[in-house]
Amino acid sequence: MNEPSLIRAFTLLLRRDLTLAFRHRSELANPLLFFVIVISLFPMGVSPESRVLQMIAPGVIWVAALLATMLSLDMMFRSDYEDGSLEQLLLSPHPVSVLVLAKVLAHWLVTGLPLLVLAPLLGVLLFLPIEAMPALVASLALGTPLLSLIGSIGMALTVGLRRSGVLLSLLVLPLYVPVLIFGANAVDAAAAGLPVTGQMYFLGAMLVLALSLSPLATAASLRISVS
Amino acid sequence: MREFLNMGGYAFYVWTSYAIALVVLVANFIAPMRRRSELMNSIARRLRRERSR
Amino acid sequence: MWAFLHRFASPRYFYNLSGRLIPWLGWFTLLLMLAGLYLGLVWAPTDYQQGDSYRIIFVHVPSAWMSMFIYVVMAVASAIMLVWKIKLADVVAQSSAVVGASFTFLALVTGSLWGKPMWGAWWVWDARLTSELILLFLYFGYMALRAAIEDRNTAARAGAVLSLVGVVNIPIIHYSVYWWNTLHQGATVTKFDAPSIDVRMLIPLLVMALAFKLYYFTTMLMSARCEVLERERNNTWVQELAEKKA
Repeated sequence: MNEPSLIRAFTLLLRRDLTLAFRHRSELANPLLFFVIVISLFPMGVSPESRVLQMIAPGVIWVAALLATMLSLDMMFRSDYEDGSLEQLLLSPHPVSVLVLAKVLAHWLVTGLPLLVLAPLLGVLLFLPIEAMPALVASLALGTPLLSLIGSIGMALTVGLRRSGVLLSLLVLPLYVPVLIFGANAVDAAAAGLPVTGQMYFLGAMLVLALSLSPLATAASLRISVS
Repeated sequence: MREFLNMGGYAFYVWTSYAIALVVLVANFIAPMRRRSELMNSIARRLRRERSR
Repeated sequence: MWAFLHRFASPRYFYNLSGRLIPWLGWFTLLLMLAGLYLGLVWAPTDYQQGDSYRIIFVHVPSAWMSMFIYVVMAVASAIMLVWKIKLADVVAQSSAVVGASFTFLALVTGSLWGKPMWGAWWVWDARLTSELILLFLYFGYMALRAAIEDRNTAARAGAVLSLVGVVNIPIIHYSVYWWNTLHQGATVTKFDAPSIDVRMLIPLLVMALAFKLYYFTTMLMSARCEVLERERNNTWVQELAEKKA
């Protein structure tokens, strides 16, 4: 039997996950709708005044992105676990951490990327000044992959459990704190007309660290959960 | 002595802190002791049950 | 060396050895703690700025130190368990979690009780208190994950991975919280950072810290013994012990 090369396995897995995701379009839209609804609740809950909303906008958008990503983590491994293809994945001759990376990338493409597109529109709803929009998109572009990567560890640890929703948030949300701090602060600083390179460097550094370490942890966790 | 208990007017904060610390530390100390005797009892009980059968 | 380690890691040997060790550790802990209390509450001078309220430091700071120390112990034990498959290391990690969470809780409560007279509020989003709070969440996550997985072996390994992920993240969380705090620090004055601490205050602090450390080893060994008993309940040596006790 011919084994596909590692790169080919990576792209095949990526394409498979994307195809599967697009077959369930409504499921895809759910985290996005959640993102929009949560954000539109704030003007009603806090105040419709532009000054107040402008002040809380960076934090609100970032927290909503955090929660939306967390709720969508389930589709990363759950169905694969249930139909047994996760076991197949672990039996493959290729390093599991690389294959995990393909799945995380697919997850980010269908959940993180749409958030990036939607975020400026929601920024407008919350009266975020136009100067802060590039920082908002850039911080989310660096931050949402981080959320998917960190979340994949928590998801891999809980995939074998039947009711894991609340537990997953307990495991993952504390680890999201640094991303939230630097991401929301970058937007805040940009809105005040301050430079944001420092925050972006931190987000970038954390992304590199997570890219190199989290697939290993996820692969180990998957082995533990599936065995 | 009165002065000592008064803690310079901060009696409530200081003594509450030490009291909570005491409660937590003692609870953590007692719990394994109780658990061990319960475990011993349950193991012995099961053994007796199996013997009598 | 290896033979000794393996003998030590055998549950029965551990049970007997720790049984002999615990009384010594326990009495020594009690002695040190009484000494620390006397030194801290009576012998140490009153602070010229904070009055006697600063005496909370003698429980607050050692608790905060222990909360971090115990998490590191947990992570090291987890790594040992994952690499060398020593079950006893997992027992240590599991028994540490509750004590660690208790110390984190203590650090938070005493910090809040100290904050009220100093800041005028029960809670301030101070860097130390905030990262202590996140540490508490990490402990809760670890315990919840272990409790949720029924198979003991799976729970042990999943918990081990989580604690290692946590220990990598703690410095990052810590640093980012400090950075965040310096940006948002308005009128709050951090009186915790005394430029230099009086020796008569430092000595009680160190005595208390040592007492807390010994306390941790005592209670951790006690819970570890229970855990060993529970895991080995089908072995003859445990059953003989139980019969002798009953």
